[in-house]
Amino acid sequence: MATAAHTITPQEASANPPAESIVVRFAGDSGDGMQLTGGQFTLSTALAGNDLATFPDFPAEIRAPQGTLFGVSAFQINFGSTAIETAGDAPDVLVAMNPAALKTNVGDLKPGGLIIVDSGEFGDRNLAKAKYAVNPLTDGSLAKWQMLAFDISQLTLESVKPFGLGNKEALRCKNMWTLGLALWMFDRGREPIIAWLKAKFAKNPTLAEANIAALNAGHAYGETAELSGSGLGDARLRQHHVAAAPAEPGLYRTVTGAEAISLGLVAGAQLADLPMFFGGYPITPASAILHHLSRLKEYRVTTFQAEDEIAAIASAIGASYAGQLGVTSSSGPGIALKGEAMGLAIMTELPLVIINSQRGGPSTGLPTKTEQSDLYQAVYGRNGDAPMPVIAACSPSDAFEVAIEAVRIATQYMTPVMVLTDGYIANAAEPWKVPSIDSFAPFPVEFMDAAPESGFLPYGRDEKLSRPWVKPGTPGLLHRIGGIEKQLGTGNIEYGAANHQAMTNMRRDKVANVAVPDQVVAMGESSGRLAVVGWGSTFGPIHQAVRRGRRKGLDVSHIHIRHIWPMPKNMEALLKSYDKILVPEMNTGQLKTVLRDQFLVDAKPLNKVSGQPFRIFEIEQAIEEMLA
Amino acid sequence: MNDMTPIAKTTPKDWETDQEVRWCPGCGDYAILKAVQRTMPEIGARPENTVFVSGIGCSSRFPYYMETYGFHTIHGRAPAVATGVKLANPELDVWIITGDGDALSIGGNHTMHLIRRNLDCQVLLFNNEIYGLTKGQYSPTSREGTRSPSTPFGSVDHPAKPCAFALGAGGRFIARAIDVNKNLPAVLKAAYAHKGTGFVEIFQNCIVYNDEVFGAFTEKTNAATNQLWVEHGKPLLFANGTKGLAMDLARLTLKVVDVVDGDWEAVGVAVHDQTNRGLAHMLVEMPFGAFPMALGVIYDDPAPTFEEAVIAQNTAAAQGKTPDLQKLLSQGQTWMVDKQPHEI
Repeated sequence: MATAAHTITPQEASANPPAESIVVRFAGDSGDGMQLTGGQFTLSTALAGNDLATFPDFPAEIRAPQGTLFGVSAFQINFGSTAIETAGDAPDVLVAMNPAALKTNVGDLKPGGLIIVDSGEFGDRNLAKAKYAVNPLTDGSLAKWQMLAFDISQLTLESVKPFGLGNKEALRCKNMWTLGLALWMFDRGREPIIAWLKAKFAKNPTLAEANIAALNAGHAYGETAELSGSGLGDARLRQHHVAAAPAEPGLYRTVTGAEAISLGLVAGAQLADLPMFFGGYPITPASAILHHLSRLKEYRVTTFQAEDEIAAIASAIGASYAGQLGVTSSSGPGIALKGEAMGLAIMTELPLVIINSQRGGPSTGLPTKTEQSDLYQAVYGRNGDAPMPVIAACSPSDAFEVAIEAVRIATQYMTPVMVLTDGYIANAAEPWKVPSIDSFAPFPVEFMDAAPESGFLPYGRDEKLSRPWVKPGTPGLLHRIGGIEKQLGTGNIEYGAANHQAMTNMRRDKVANVAVPDQVVAMGESSGRLAVVGWGSTFGPIHQAVRRGRRKGLDVSHIHIRHIWPMPKNMEALLKSYDKILVPEMNTGQLKTVLRDQFLVDAKPLNKVSGQPFRIFEIEQAIEEMLA
Repeated sequence: MNDMTPIAKTTPKDWETDQEVRWCPGCGDYAILKAVQRTMPEIGARPENTVFVSGIGCSSRFPYYMETYGFHTIHGRAPAVATGVKLANPELDVWIITGDGDALSIGGNHTMHLIRRNLDCQVLLFNNEIYGLTKGQYSPTSREGTRSPSTPFGSVDHPAKPCAFALGAGGRFIARAIDVNKNLPAVLKAAYAHKGTGFVEIFQNCIVYNDEVFGAFTEKTNAATNQLWVEHGKPLLFANGTKGLAMDLARLTLKVVDVVDGDWEAVGVAVHDQTNRGLAHMLVEMPFGAFPMALGVIYDDPAPTFEEAVIAQNTAAAQGKTPDLQKLLSQGQTWMVDKQPHEI
């Protein structure tokens, strides 16, 4: 989902022809600056008014050996004049900065798609590193695509000559040359990039000017080459015009999931009227949240880079105990380490927000690739009967609201809450209509500061079954909490059989009764032949696949679950109003299992664990098979 | 906390809870509990402003018996929880109660980082050289050859030395005491007075699984000869002043010298300087037997604390900035869409 602001109705979706959109993939060596190029292209595309979605795909190695197949870093962007919900299935245009980038990416390119390559990088050495026996630019193996090959390296060197940079530094401007060409191809403005370069290299104006010169040269090259229309291989360079996407009026910005989560946490803390304490430990792809928050001290945010994942969550629990909003964040392996402490937060009934930016697993798995395989871990992954609310973000901008929702549940119900996002959401950018903070109802926390007339019970309950939050430092309310089973009401140590049963039930009921909004249907009808049920970052491909199915007249609807635990109260009836249920997931069927377990419905899985998001057609095919 | 009316002085009784103490009869923990409850009124602490944070183990039940705020956390993690508590509210007096297994085995990492950061708190490490709550396995401080259910043929690994560990981690206050010794409250007071992490190793007798393991220096008959209570500015004397510690300059270490007729200066007995880090290292590393057991405040040299630094930086970074959430949300590259949406 790109923005919530698009006014595409289900009727419209099934009635209108396919959206005009273009998918471009930039691929190069991990040192070529492809993520930067993609990020800046995204920015100018957003400024041009296109809707868009991106998919950064990079190796886990920081500087993989140059020119190797495993060192290729890619950035894909899908942009268009209508709602864009995925980073696109197959690229229309592939920009390949070296043979390895070409080899690892060209297979995904649409037949007839355009390849732009830096022929200057296709020497014997690089061809050998990419395991090409013969030069693919000349052996006819790329015949089913259009190709534009020119010596970007040489052209870049010439364009930055006046600045007297060393060869290595000069070649670093290659990505800006390429970006200039891409900006010309899609008629995007250079101004924001120039402003960004000036800011980035403020301390080194020569580098700024060199990069700007390269950018301008790439742009001019496109113009000139189109005019001359020759000498560029078998294709002709031409300009594409993609109209602006319709969007609700208002202020927009681009946002990544990590940014949106950080902003949502700050907003949530403000709505709860609490200072925030964020305990974190570096881990890919979750660290970006720690980075963002560490710059926001004026919003009453304390960030603490702890000695390990356990200390990160334990310190957050300590801060919650002392009256702040404790937050911790990690990815699968780190979340596993935090498991025991989550149990402590459940047992001591303290508010806590735990963000899990999922990545490929198990163990170290695929740190920079995306997966949704921590759902079992989130819902079931603790010792004992340890219920905990779990909510999932489905897009970068959705992560803002989800973070606020997590803070609301944590503070209103005195419970840890897990937010599931993933590497794709965390890194991807999309346009975001800046919300008005006044549109969110505040939920200020009330600490207990004096004993009620009936007497103070540390484990007394309000109507939500929530216990009082008492800050140490409050006279008259001294009490002790801990991980040992406690007596109903008093919170004193108590091992009794009936008491443990009662306390276990209490913890279960408290979480089961968390008020969550009713489940809505994202597209389609509230009953019918097939519901495609998803969660998290699969929103885009599911939504597009369902739209395509509905255009073909298929009776299919899309349900996307934010509240995974507890589920919305209407979920069972809703699911049972469809003949069939298909659950596409980037795991081996975890939500499917939960749905079957909770509602005894025959949910069918569609699974993909390749480290890559679903393609629309993969889900489309499964829909057609289900309805055949 | 901010009430300006004079607060009545507390008594040890005010620090006792109504909870039944569940340690084994004769456990050294009782004596430590009493000493702490006796110390609190003397240092002018307030129950509502005091938080005891513990991990897991016999010692970690301690918070339940203190009429203060208390948090019995999970195994080894008390320092991390305490760090969050103190950063969230630096006004609180934070005491960490831990044991040899809790602090040096499962929680060794957190203990190291707590001390290195110098969070203002007190760490009372009850060292009984054994795992009590899990029924008697050897611990990281058990001596080589300790026979236990998990080491029926004797342990083979070298024990950790808590004070040497704490000093090595950058500790600025290192002290040792004994559960039943009358000097314990004085040591606790010094730890409390120290701004920063006050690390106190308390030799604690486990009557069930490791009885008399410290007998060589805690038994009445051995106490005088084998205990050396260090005191800032006083000579390092023991055995009723008949022996002392002097510098062996050739080997740059300490040596035991005999003191005749109280003339310690004649044989070069060193004067204790609690700000001398090198001396502290030698005192905590002295092998017992050849040397006495150094007790009391071995090292006390305050340095800036973690929570002060964090708060100072937070304040400085926020200086001159007006928090405006709406503005924050609208940051970065933005653009306006002013047309009404149209059908596509």
